[in-house]
This record gives sequence, C-alpha cells and structure tokens, in this order.
Amino acid sequence: MSLLVESIQYLFDNFETFLQLLQEHVFLVVVAEVAAVLVALPVGILATRNDAVKRYALRVGNVFHTIPPLAVIALVFPFVGIGMKSGFVALWAYGLLPILINTITGIEEVDESTVEAARGVGMTENQILKSVQLPLAVPVIFAGIRTSTIINVGNGYLAFFIGAGGLGDWVVTGIALFNNPQILAGAIPGALLAIGLDLALGRVENRLRTGDEPGQRSTTAAA
Amino acid sequence: MTSTIIDFENVTKEYPDGTVAIEDISFSVEEGTTTVFVGPSGCGKTTTMKLVNRLEELTSGKIYYDGQEIRSLDKIDLRRNIGYVIQEIGLFDHMTVAENVGMVPTLLEWDRARIDDRVDELLDLMDLPAETYRDQHPMELSGGQRQRVGVARALAADPDVMLMDEPFGALDPITREKLQDEFLEIQAQIDKTILFVTHDIDEALKMGDKIAIYRNGQIVQYDTPKEILTNPANDFVREFIGSDRLIKELKFMTAGDVMDETADVTGKTLSELGAAGVEFARNGQGYLTVERSETTHVALMKIYEGHVEGVLVTEGEEVVGTVTEADLKRNLSEGR
Repeated sequence: MSLLVESIQYLFDNFETFLQLLQEHVFLVVVAEVAAVLVALPVGILATRNDAVKRYALRVGNVFHTIPPLAVIALVFPFVGIGMKSGFVALWAYGLLPILINTITGIEEVDESTVEAARGVGMTENQILKSVQLPLAVPVIFAGIRTSTIINVGNGYLAFFIGAGGLGDWVVTGIALFNNPQILAGAIPGALLAIGLDLALGRVENRLRTGDEPGQRSTTAAA
Repeated sequence: MTSTIIDFENVTKEYPDGTVAIEDISFSVEEGTTTVFVGPSGCGKTTTMKLVNRLEELTSGKIYYDGQEIRSLDKIDLRRNIGYVIQEIGLFDHMTVAENVGMVPTLLEWDRARIDDRVDELLDLMDLPAETYRDQHPMELSGGQRQRVGVARALAADPDVMLMDEPFGALDPITREKLQDEFLEIQAQIDKTILFVTHDIDEALKMGDKIAIYRNGQIVQYDTPKEILTNPANDFVREFIGSDRLIKELKFMTAGDVMDETADVTGKTLSELGAAGVEFARNGQGYLTVERSETTHVALMKIYEGHVEGVLVTEGEEVVGTVTEADLKRNLSEGR
C-alpha cells in the first residue's frame, strides 16, 4: 500500500513533467489513431467491394500486427528517423488492423436480406452503403476503433525507445533505476487513460447511433 | 379490355456455373391482377420474380414492362416503380417505421410533407395506427407487424406492380391467414398488379387470379385457380394440389353455379314453403339455405350437418334453386 502512496507522491512531486509526458502520450495515440481510422475505414469499405483489395489490405494489416510492437518501432525508425514522427508511424501501422477487420466484418455482416430489400426498392450501391450498411455496421466498426486505441495506449509506452516521449519515459527509466514508485506513476495513468479513451469513444458511438439518422430524414417528432 | 403489363417471351436464366434456373418461359400478366408463382423450392419461381426488377439478369429472351423491354429501362428507376416484399422482410433496423416506409419516396425526392402524409396513410391502411407506430423501431414490432411495415414500404411510392416473394411464409398460420385476408381487402382497394411467389398451393388458390405452377424451371400450367383445380394439366399438378383437390374445388364454385332452378320450390319464399308443408331441406330447426354467392363447400357442410338431402338457394327472401349432393357430384370434375 505504501508503494501506491509513494507513487502518488512521486507523481505530484514531478507534476509538471507528468503533464508533459501525459500530453505527449495522448497526442501520440490520438494522432496515430485518427490517421489509422482515416486509412483503415476507406480501405475496409473498398475491401468489401473488391476481393483483391481485401486480400492485400488484410495481408498488410496482418504483417504490421503480427510483428511485436517493439519490432515495428525498430523497423520504422531507420526510415523516419528518431523522434515523435516514427512514434506516429509505428502506432499508426499497428492500429490499422483492428479497424480494418471490423470495418470489413461490420459491413459484410449486415443481414443479406436487408441489403437485398434496399437494392429491391431501388437504392444505388452508394446509397445502400451510406444509408444502410455503414449505419448498421457502426457498433462493430467502433469496437475495432476502441480495440485499436487501447492497444496503442499500451504501445505508446514503447515509443520512448525512439525518443517519441510519452509515459514510457518514467516506466522505462524506473525499471532501469529500480524505482518502483516511478514505474507505477507512469503505468497507472496509462491504464486510466486507456479506460478513459474507451469510455469517450463509447460516448461518440452512442451519439452516432442515436443522433445522426433523424438528422437527414427528420420524423414529425416536432409535433 | 384489360391490357398486359408484364410479358415474358421465351425467357431463360442460366447461371455462370451452368445451372438453368428457368428455361424458355413465356406468359403475360394482365394489369390489376394477382398472379401467383407456385412450386417446390428451387423450381425457379423466385428467379422469375427477380428478373422483373432486374435483381437477376436474364440470359436470353425478352421481358416487357408496360410495353418496354426492361433492359432498355434504367435499373434503379425500374425498381423504384416496382414494390418489392420479401419473406425475410429486410427492414432497416436502424431507422424508424416511418423512415422505412418513406424510403422510396425519399429516394424519389418527394417533399417532406408529402412523404409524411403518405407514410401516415399507409400505416393506417396496414392497420398500424400512425401516431403509435411511426416513431417505433422495427425491433419493437411482432413478426406480423414487421411484414405489414414491409408491405407498406413496398406500396409507398404507389407502384403499378408489386413483387411479393413468400411475404407471409415466415409467419405463424393464424397471423398468415389474417394478413392474407387483409391483403385481399387492400388489393381490392388499391388494384395493383401483383406477382406473388409461394410454395403453398392453398395460399396460391386463395390469393391468385392466375396461377403459374412451376416445375424444374418451367411452367407446367398457367391458368385460373378454378381451371387448375378442375383441369390439372398433368399428374404433377394433380399431385401438387393434393388429395383434397375436390374439396378445394368446392370452395371455388358457388351455389348459384350448380343449383337446380327447375325444382318447383323456385320462386317461392320460405314462409310460403312452410305454409305449403314442403319437407325438402327442412329439419327440426327449419329450412336450410345458402346464399347464391356462397360456396358449394358451405352448401355441402350444411347438407351433412343438417342431415338433409339438399339445401335451398336463396336470394333475399326468394328461393331461386336447390342444391343436392347429386348436383355437387355432377359438377365436380371426375376423380380420374
């Protein structure tokens, strides 16, 4: 118990450094994640309409994902150099697969009869995607984004090795110096960050599910 | 007098793997009628339907929609002019009932108020009061209600033609019969041309003005229900109708069709018969009668239940003829 108290003590004694590290960590994860969504989502959608895209996209995503995160980082920095940039690239690459897989699954698992009905009433393929498949796939796609985010909060610790900063600073230094309070002061906020981001994304998902559909086709709820 | 709206001319559909779904089919559907495609599963009836809204493309032959060859029409426009109902319903679960029903009008870019009015009108027609149901989600509804929404969605843009692929097939027997009856009433009001797929011959006989019986991708008989019952084209049709064919036939004849108008009770009223002490069709409860428009099935049931040799056929107060068991036998097609 005293270890926990010591950790908290350590954190407050070095509060400014802590804020700095936390900020770097959040920044790293969020930017990498947004970039991963921006790539994986369109590629995932494309993959549901083109088998070749699907094959290659999954293959590339799998390669990034099966290599240990540390190795991904090690592989990236010769090309991008030391620092934040390679941290982004490594986390981005690692975050792609869960989003890619869930986008593909989410869209493909929309009930075949629903899609056929949509086609039968005269929706174009783009309208089916936009108004039927994507909205119905939102929960699955978001599950992928959440998984990817949580994984990357963890991977963010390794970014320290290529000078990208983040909470890994305290953890890695703490391990080297056998400074347990420092390790925990770096690790616990990371765990809380993962939980926090997951909850926040859950919020966004709920918004999307309940908020966006009546937007275009408002019912007469105003009455 | 009536014109045809859908014409199939030697239509064949062959899949890339060589399976022939339908082979050299020709028929015409008259405007405002219900045509039922019936047959065992895998016989090509659903494929026939999907060729009409081009969810499947034909391999050879021609299909005309209102005189125009369908391949010359825009697929998307064509589908928006044809209502489509399927067994699995396929409602959009993330949208409200109103949004589901208003889908095609929305695609056609009707204005908001017109869509709302149309949705309310249809929900009321389908016995789903709009104020209760329009903002519900499909998941909150029962199977029967969901299919009503499915039918309402298909009717939304007031299409001339409705395609219905086993629309009531997944419902329990009681709900199914209720929806069939309601749909017949609605059809009498809206007067659409309907193509209806089922594997249930009883449903086909009940719903259809014309029935096409399928076997292995070909139509073995295309006729009115009555003609199919009385003159089955071959053993397959006879077997498909079932061993109770004659009873089904009774349901397609009215007392007026078979009655004997020469009996001397004709032209009198029931009270006159009573006064004259006529014993025909009378038992302890009085005279047994059927209306001219009632089916011979009803007449037969009355004859058996009342232990009489025949019943009187009435029109208002007046007796217009008699139906005996012998009259029924004579009018049924031979057992063959």
